[in-house]
This record gives sequence, structure tokens and C-alpha cells, in this order.
Amino acid sequence: MSYLVISELQKHYDSYHALRGINLNVTEGEFLVFVGPSGCGKSTLLRTIAGLELSSGGSIELDGKDITEVASSKRDLAMVFQSYALYPHMTVADNLSFALRLAKVPDNEIQEKVRSVSASLQLDPLLDRKPKELSGGQRQRVAIGRAIVRQPKVFLFDEPLSNLDAALRVQMRLELARLHKKLGTTMIYVTHDQIEAMTLADRVVILNAGQIEQVGTPLELYRQPNNRFVAEFIGTPKMNLIDVDSFAEKDETLTLNLLNSSVTFPANRIKGSLPKAITLGIRPEHLSLVEDNGDITGRVELVEHLGSESYAHIQLSNDQMIILKASARSVLKDDDVVHINIDSSEAILFNQDDQVISIIAEGASNA
Amino acid sequence: MTLNQQRKLKTLITGLLAWFVALLLFFPIFWMFLTSFKTELQAISVPPTLFFEPTLDNYKIVQERSDYLLHAMNSVVTSFGSTFIALIIAIPAAYSMAFFPSKRTKDILLWMLSTKMLPAVGVLVPIYILFRNNGLLDSRTGLIIIFTLMNLPIIIWMLFSYFKDLPKEILEAARMDGATPWDEMVKVVLPLSIGGIASTGLLSIILCWNEAFWSLNLTASNAAPLTAMIASYSSPEGLFWAKLSAASTMACAPIVVFGWFCQKQLVQGLTFGAVK
Amino acid sequence: MKRSITRLLMAPSVIMLLVWMIVPLSMTIYFSTIRYNLLYPGQNRFVGLMNYEFFVTDPGFITAVANTLILLLSALVITVVLGVMLSALIDKPFFGRSIVRVLLISPFFIMPTVNALIWKNMMMNPVYGIFAWISESLGLQPIDWLGTYPLMSVIIMVSWQWLPFAILVFVTALQSQDTEQKEAAQMDGATGWHIFRYLTIPHLARPIAVVVMIETIFLLAVFAEIFVTTGGGPGYASTNLAYLIYNQALLQYDVGVASAGGLFAVLLANIVAFFLIRAVGKNLTV
Repeated sequence: MSYLVISELQKHYDSYHALRGINLNVTEGEFLVFVGPSGCGKSTLLRTIAGLELSSGGSIELDGKDITEVASSKRDLAMVFQSYALYPHMTVADNLSFALRLAKVPDNEIQEKVRSVSASLQLDPLLDRKPKELSGGQRQRVAIGRAIVRQPKVFLFDEPLSNLDAALRVQMRLELARLHKKLGTTMIYVTHDQIEAMTLADRVVILNAGQIEQVGTPLELYRQPNNRFVAEFIGTPKMNLIDVDSFAEKDETLTLNLLNSSVTFPANRIKGSLPKAITLGIRPEHLSLVEDNGDITGRVELVEHLGSESYAHIQLSNDQMIILKASARSVLKDDDVVHINIDSSEAILFNQDDQVISIIAEGASNA
Repeated sequence: MTLNQQRKLKTLITGLLAWFVALLLFFPIFWMFLTSFKTELQAISVPPTLFFEPTLDNYKIVQERSDYLLHAMNSVVTSFGSTFIALIIAIPAAYSMAFFPSKRTKDILLWMLSTKMLPAVGVLVPIYILFRNNGLLDSRTGLIIIFTLMNLPIIIWMLFSYFKDLPKEILEAARMDGATPWDEMVKVVLPLSIGGIASTGLLSIILCWNEAFWSLNLTASNAAPLTAMIASYSSPEGLFWAKLSAASTMACAPIVVFGWFCQKQLVQGLTFGAVK
Repeated sequence: MKRSITRLLMAPSVIMLLVWMIVPLSMTIYFSTIRYNLLYPGQNRFVGLMNYEFFVTDPGFITAVANTLILLLSALVITVVLGVMLSALIDKPFFGRSIVRVLLISPFFIMPTVNALIWKNMMMNPVYGIFAWISESLGLQPIDWLGTYPLMSVIIMVSWQWLPFAILVFVTALQSQDTEQKEAAQMDGATGWHIFRYLTIPHLARPIAVVVMIETIFLLAVFAEIFVTTGGGPGYASTNLAYLIYNQALLQYDVGVASAGGLFAVLLANIVAFFLIRAVGKNLTV
């Protein structure tokens, strides 16, 4: 049973088409993350759900009620803003209780709720302070507390961690995940950081140019993207894409000829009929170094050592650059000529229209 | 000389030069202030008296003259009164233009600015006649009307830019928290812009207080504010420099201090936000 | 919020300003075409453009226009040039900068009549004034500033009043100048003069334009300083347009001619205002 149903949602600004027919079903209690490049419409979608932007077409239904034309103040949603948007003239306690006071909730009940929220977010010692006397992380917690205290139907988060420094961001990410576990309330979260998306989400919605590219669990998106955009957007460093020169099918095996070499691929993993052209996609961790007889060869241009692993940037014979994930103590040096194996069980094939035509192998190892 | 010493020397020279020019430009004000503590004889002595026994007699005499208090009162009533009225009229207009702009908002703002460009001499005659026919000549009410209209565009502009600068997300947060437009204005916007409203008011008071054209032309004795009263000292009968200085010091001191506090707002207000 | 409510909120301001603009201006236009002297009531007949002819052929007219322009241009040059120099001088920190700043801007807050009287009496008085004393100390003949150089005296007073405004605007504008840009120029080998000439001056182009326009609006209408000190004299030597119109209206009670003059002033100010409003409108985002 869907809790929040978005159908054919459109948003135009004067000449700019920000949302082009969004359809999305959200189940109750789900943690949904909108992710996409800047300008893809993810914030607009969130703000339209919030009622801060008015839709130009389509409908939004929440808990069985059409809220498309309902003012944001009456939608029973809470939002955490990127800048936190705390009321600078109010103390932390007043910030937390503002919505309840507007709703004319009895005083003792307000105090009870504020106390329980401030205890759970460790805000007790800060209740009498003004926002400008708080650190970034503390402000962030107040903003979250302000949303929680109202017990809304859905929480909306608009890039809430982007103003925090790296260490704090990791910590707050964990706290948010814990919070979701504890409250079990539906949460919709916008971010441009795919690590946040992958770690927090039950399901991720990938948006591009005002449209949904794919919806799925983080692992689904990583292993079985629908198209080249999703495949390249998810995963750091990016997936390597190598053009296949020619290919032939024989005895249930597809042979892909590329770079004066060939790679075999089980034909039963191809959806539908063979396309006109194929591009092979392979993630850096599914390439491995071999002594000789590799699928392809290349010359090391640069090695990045990250401590726990290293990435080798390799120039292929056709001058294309690919990235290979190597062990942390790899002895690769610049200008080394290397032989590389492609783990075809993890490869993804694209047709000439950038759509994925392969299905991931059952039980394939996930390195 | 090391680079560091060179730099220090440069700073020293810059500082000395700046101090010299600043003292030079400030000298007339300083001299007025000093003269106000002299006797009339010391005030016109040649060479000028620098060291003397200061006396407060001038201030006492100026205070005792009931007309000084009347004129000071006129200044206070007209500048504070017109500022208050203008703020009441301007706040809703600026609020509506800043938060609910329409396609014509920009045109309206520029048109308001253009009314400020109308030279006072161009409308002196009809205003004078209208005031005469309606018994507004030499009345505080008349001056308050003029001052209100005179400063309304500046006040709307300044408030507009303050409202405009409020972080939009805070207002959106209030809306998400269930605030109606009225709640938003009273509980969020006004408390947040109280500083801006105050400095706008301060600027308006300064401009009214120092206004001379309308004050000189529309008032005589009853409603004349300090600007007009001081002008009467220009009459050649007798030299009362010390008393003039005392009266001037009292008339200017509060405004100079106000002005120091709102320099930045003054720039924004007078240039209509064109220089930030 | 409903469109009607937003209109209602703006209505008082818009209506008041509309009345403030239209009523007196149309009255001025009307008066300028009739014979209307407060000393001879009841003879208000239509005279066409005669009032304009009267105003333009007034013996003081040419002088007044010339004086208005001389006053305007001199004060503009003095305030802008000195303003740029002084604001650049106090842009970098030095001992007591905030006090210097306060001293420099103070004259702007002195009311025009006090300004005029301080200068007339304590500075420029040929017998007891500071200037006279300085001249005598140097063995020179003291100058009767207001009698001999009335227009220049008024220019000095007005410039003294408006120089702080220019400084204020330029100092504010200089603070928004990109320091990294200046540092980059230093690394490129630019001297202080190069930076001032090729970075600071272009950066100040817009503020200078704004100062020129706003000061023009006010300087075209200088009144109190003349009223208090020279009374336009001797003769017409320090009469500007504003004072000439005042003279026609409230001293000679000739409403018709004064109105014609008033429209002349409106026209002059509108030319300036046109450019100012365009400049301001350009960076107004609604």
C-alpha cells in the first residue's frame, strides 16, 4: 500500500521545464533518497512535495488524501533545510516548540514533547541558547529536532549535511540512520553526495533533467543500472566504458572484439535481440592485473595511493584512459606496461542508445 | 631599510596624512563646539582664543529662551512623527513587494524612486498655496505631511531591501511549521528585521531633522524646527557667535551621533541600494 | 497570498505618492500658464507662454543658470576627486582609522543652516573669522569671502557638506573590492599606483556615477546655504535657479513666473534622474 503517491508531476518556470512528469510511489516508513547532478530537479521535486513550489500539473497524494492544492502549512510534513533555517531570534527551546505553539497545542504537552526530543538529541544544555551561539553540528540537531517534535507524516531533508565538515557529516549520517530506525517515519532525502545516498537509503531515486532515470535499492543501482547515465553516476571512480569493435554469437557465447583482443560473455545474459553496437562497461574493481595473456594491455600513466587501496590510471592502445583498482601496496610504477583481465561476469553491456542490455549473473561475486 | 620597515613607514605616512585631512575637515565643527563655551567677547577675539575658562552660560541662555525649546520640540515632533507615520505606511508595502512580487513590482519601485527626484522648487508654489488655503502654513501637521511624503520612497526602498535579504529558507521553515501569512509577518519577519526597521527610522529622522528647504519656506515662528530657527541667527544685528554655537551644537549633536551609528544604512538608503 | 491583499497593502503608499507627484505638478503646469500674482488676486487669466518668457528674460536668469551649473560642476569635481583620494587613503588600516572615519563623515550630518552660519561667521568673516586671522598672520590682506567671492564661498560650504557623502559611498564600495584580485596584481608586478589606476578606479566607476547623479539632484536644488549667507547677492552673483524661483514666488509673489521656473528645474532634474533610475534599475532584482 503506497503512502505517498506522486503522479505525472510537472513543474515549469517561465520557459524552463524543471520536472517532466514524475511518477513515484513511496511506502510508509521508507527512507527514500533523491540523487542526481545539480539542476536535475531533485530539490524542486522535494519542494513541490513540501508545497513550497506549486506544481504545474499532476497530483500528489498523501495517506489517501490529495494534497496537491493544500498549503504547505497544512500538509503535515516537516522539512530540514540545507541552511538549517533556524529562527535566529528564538532560543533553541522556542525553535523546537514554534510549530506546536502555532498549532495551539496545550502548554504541558509542548513541554513534554520538547523535553523528550531535546533529551534524545542531546540538546538539553542548549535549550536557552540562540542559534548563533551554536556550532554547525548543534544547529543541525536543532533543525532535526524541530522537525521531529511535530511527529509529521513525512520528513523532508534538503541536503541537510552539505554545510558540515567531513568528519561531522559522517557522524550525522549515522545519527540520521539511527533516527530513522527508531522513529520508523517515512523520510525523503535530497543529496548530491552518492555516498550519503548509498548508505542511508532503502531506495534511491536517480533524477536527470527533470525525469526519473531509475528507482531501486542502492545495490540494484550499482549492479544492475538501467542505462549509461545511472551506471556512470553511481560509483566512484566512475565505471570504465570501452567501445566494442565487433561481436559474434556462437554456441551460447558472445565474443566481443575490442582493442585487438576478445572477451567472451554468456549469451543468456543478454536481454532481447542483439543490438547494432555494443559498449562494454566494467567497474575499476572488476579489472585485475595479470602477468601476461591479459584481455587487454595498457601503459600506467599515474597511480593514486589512497592508503586502503590504489587506483591506476591506464592508457589503452587506442589512447582511451581507464581506471583500475589495485591493492594498497601495489608496486605499479608510471610507464609500466600492464596486462589486465576483465571479469566478464561483472561486465555490463550497453547498446547504441546507452540502454543496458545485459543482466547481472546470479551469484556473481561482489569484490 | 627592510621591507617590513618600509611597509611600517608607509602606514605611518598614510595615517598621518589621513589624520591631518580629517582634523582639517572636522575643524569647523570642533570650532563651533569650542566657541559654544566661550564668552561672546572671546568668541570674536583676534587672534582666536584657544585656551580659556569654559562657561556654560551660552547653553543656559539658549535653554532659557523659550523659543529654543519650542523649536527643538518642533524638530522632535516633526521628524519622529513623520518617520513613524511613514514607517507604518511603508512596512506593508515593502512587505508585499518583497515577499509577493508581481511582474510590475520593479516598475513600481523605480517609479517611487522617481518621485524622490522631483525637485522641491518645482512644486514649491502649489504646495505653498495649498498649505495657505488649508491653514497648514507654519503648522507641525503641514511639515509632518511633507516630511512623510518626502521620505516615503527611501523608507520603502530600504525596508524592501531588508526584507529581501532575509533568508528565504527561514520563511519557508515557518510555513512548513504551519505559520499563516499573518504569523509569518508578525512572528518571523518583523522580529528578524527589527534592526533594519530601526536604522531605516534613524535615517529618516536624520533627513527630517536636517531638512531646510521646506522648513524655511513653509514655517515662520510657531512650527519652525531648529533648521529654520538657526537661520534666524543670520540676521546681521549683533554678533552672538557663542550663543549661536551653543544652539547649533545642541541642534546638531544628537544627529551627528545618530549618523555615526548608521553610516552603512545611510549609503544604502541614499543611493537606493546601488552601492553596497 | 491573494493578489488583492498584496494590492491592498501597497495601496496607501502608492496612492500617497501618486497624489504627491501629480497634484502639485499639474498645479505648477496650470499656474505657469496664467497670470497669477498673490498681491493682485482675481486677475488670473490665461497668458500662454508669457510666464516662461518673463522667467527666461529675467535679468537674473542667465546668471542663475550659469551659477547653478558652476556650483554643480565645481562641487561635483571637488567631492568626487577628493572623495576618491581620501577613501583610498583610509582604505588600509592605520592607527585610529575608525576615529578618522567618524571625523571625516561628520560634516554630512550638520544641518545646512548651521553649516552656512559656521562658515559665514566663524570661518569667513573678514574681521573675526579664522581665514582672516590666517591671512593676517601671513601678512596678507584678509579677504571678504562672501562679499568678494560669494559663489565660491557657497561652493566651499556645499562641497564641505557633500564630500563626506562621497567618501562614505566610496569607502563602502572599496570594501567590496576583491583583495585577491589586488594580490594577484601585486604578484604580477603592479605597483600601488597601477593597482589604483587599473583596478580601483574601474571598480569605483559605478559608485562614482551614482554619487554624481545623486549629488546632482541635491546640488541643483541648493537653497539653505544661499538663503542664510548671501541671500543670492551681491546682485545676482550667488543666485541659483532654486533661489531665483523662491525669489519670484515668495518675495515677489509672482506665482505664474515662479511656476514656469519650477518646471524648468523639473526638466533639468529629470534629465539626470533618467540616467540615475536606469543605473539603479539595472541591478535591482525583484
